[in-house]
Amino acid sequence: MSWVLIAGASSGIGRAVAGQWAAAGNNILLAGRDLDDLGRTAADLSLRYGIRAEALPLDVLDFSRHAAFFSEALAKAEGRIDGVVIAHGLLPDQAEAQTNLDVLRSTIDTNYTSAASLLNLIAGDFEKRRSGFICVVTSVAGDRGRQSNYVYASTKAGLTAYLQGLRQRVAKANVSVTNVKPGFVDTAMIWGKPGVFWVAPPERIARDTYRAVRRGRGEIYTPWFWRWVMLLVRSIPDVVYRRMKF
Amino acid sequence: MQLSGWGNVIRQPARVFRPEKRSEIQDVLNQVNGSSIIARGLGRSYGDAALNERGSVLLGTRLHRFNSFDSSTGILECEAGATFSEIIDTFLPRGFFPAVTPGTRFVTVGGAIAADVHGKNHHRDGSIANFVEGFDLLLASGEILICSRAQNTDTFWATIGGMGLTGVIVQAKLRLARVQSGYVAVDFKKTANLDQTLSAFAADDANYQYSVAWIDGLAKGAALGRSVLMRGNHARLSDLPVEFHDRALLPPQVRHRNVPFHFPSFALSPLTVRLFNSRYYCRHEDGRQILHFDEFFYPLDAVEHWNRVYGRRGFYQYQAVFPQSDGGSGLRELMEKVSNSGRASFLAVLKSMGERSGGLLSFPMPGLTLALDLPNAGRRTVDLLRDLDQIVLRHGGRVYLAKDATLTRENFEAMYPDLPRFKEVQQQLDPSNRFSSSLARRLGIGAGQ
Repeated sequence: MSWVLIAGASSGIGRAVAGQWAAAGNNILLAGRDLDDLGRTAADLSLRYGIRAEALPLDVLDFSRHAAFFSEALAKAEGRIDGVVIAHGLLPDQAEAQTNLDVLRSTIDTNYTSAASLLNLIAGDFEKRRSGFICVVTSVAGDRGRQSNYVYASTKAGLTAYLQGLRQRVAKANVSVTNVKPGFVDTAMIWGKPGVFWVAPPERIARDTYRAVRRGRGEIYTPWFWRWVMLLVRSIPDVVYRRMKF
Repeated sequence: MQLSGWGNVIRQPARVFRPEKRSEIQDVLNQVNGSSIIARGLGRSYGDAALNERGSVLLGTRLHRFNSFDSSTGILECEAGATFSEIIDTFLPRGFFPAVTPGTRFVTVGGAIAADVHGKNHHRDGSIANFVEGFDLLLASGEILICSRAQNTDTFWATIGGMGLTGVIVQAKLRLARVQSGYVAVDFKKTANLDQTLSAFAADDANYQYSVAWIDGLAKGAALGRSVLMRGNHARLSDLPVEFHDRALLPPQVRHRNVPFHFPSFALSPLTVRLFNSRYYCRHEDGRQILHFDEFFYPLDAVEHWNRVYGRRGFYQYQAVFPQSDGGSGLRELMEKVSNSGRASFLAVLKSMGERSGGLLSFPMPGLTLALDLPNAGRRTVDLLRDLDQIVLRHGGRVYLAKDATLTRENFEAMYPDLPRFKEVQQQLDPSNRFSSSLARRLGIGAGQ
């Protein structure tokens, strides 16, 4: 059976994505900081779906350990990881992110640098092996910065550009790269926050993600209507956009 | 955030927390120091049991993982937010089914324990309490107490049926029943009046694992209590046609319908309900049918948000039990009262109940229980419910807290004789009353009350 690695596996989307791949009969490596939580999810997945699931410690900000982490992951997966989903992320308070350097830096490091660093390692391995899929959860927010979340949005936009290039590079080696852009998702990230609407359950995101990866899609919006919403948002002329409050 | 019970009558604001990790439950408890909190699952209690007006509510729905399952004993250990629906989806294909299930599968394990739910097999198997091996309870002190039938038994029996007022159930061990199929072999039988219904229960309920009667809540006079009895046993493989054998344990492919908005208030007038009831009664014929568990146990689950057919004003669900010794007289009086009031009751369900469970605030007792839906018509409905409470009280019965929205403190105290013992245990566990709900305050459960 194949092994799928989920980074950020105790996030709402990470957990749902893990369930989706487990239900399809894949073994799962759950990576994240909260080992107690990941262990419980691992037990749940193997009990529900009759697959093997293992928890693996990963502090995405500990860049120096990324290589060691990936070796451990490979060892747990008996030398071969068939796909990876990167689902970790941080949504900072925008007011803090635009005034406090530590918050700015940790947002960039968590959302962009750590993902890029992990992907540098993973893509190399997949490319050498000439198989595998890479899937990264970004956000519709990356399509156009807004005054209310542009630090977060810029990390997702940066990651989107990284993935565009990576996709071009590894396509030649039969490796797919899927960028998943969810709208508002019903997880702890936005629970209780004002100004959210059309909130989708994480299971919906996971279903769309799985289907997109299976079909080798490069970029999807989930739920689908965000593609058209964001097209609209992107097409607002800047002279108008700068007067807007949303 | 505004929350309401399943009956949609009471809507109240509360601060709602929804932890996604085990460790966050404790964090929430520390965070709300000063205001009270109540655990909530899928919100299927009808009244105000899972509401906490201007207090805090802990939504347990994101903590629903299975920890372990022993197929030799059928014991499942899971987090309290696990639903009966996912238990069935996962374990029916392995030959297991909840040993007791309420009329919806959209309930959590934690909620089921807190309400000590019963099902169509109560006369034989009792309530869920009989299948709870133990649970971990987060106390007001922040400590986690391991409770079982042998350990911390006072807390165990105060928590089963305790409506969440002793603490937060974090995880539980539940014993599932072994089954050969997901089907029930049901015998239908129509009766012309209440006497016939009751004597049918008395004559051969013992032959059936599951027994329930749909009762026409609007029939009057000689037809009062006319019913369609639905009694059956979990189908063995040999009960099924051969072509079903290889999919006997598979979940059904059901089409789920939804009620996307609240119906207008005239949709359920006494006339439409009368038409529905007559049609329902006439449509059924005596005889045996093999029904899928979804049709037999959970007919309403096929329609998401079915509660919206009662419109924005919502409805009351009223369930009472009369003791065996009462011999049906209280039941008759109650049915006459409802029937004469002309307050349309869409769904009225009667069943016989078996032994008590030991839960200090548990509802079931040996006798007959009747559940009915009453559209909310304001003051008149509440007055009617108060009258019903008096009838129940006079005949030594009690009202089910998971459905109740209107009981008074005095009537509650008279109906639940183990209440003083419950309060003793609850006060020891939670002297500063950190766990409270709108129901608890209405009924005077808690410190200083």
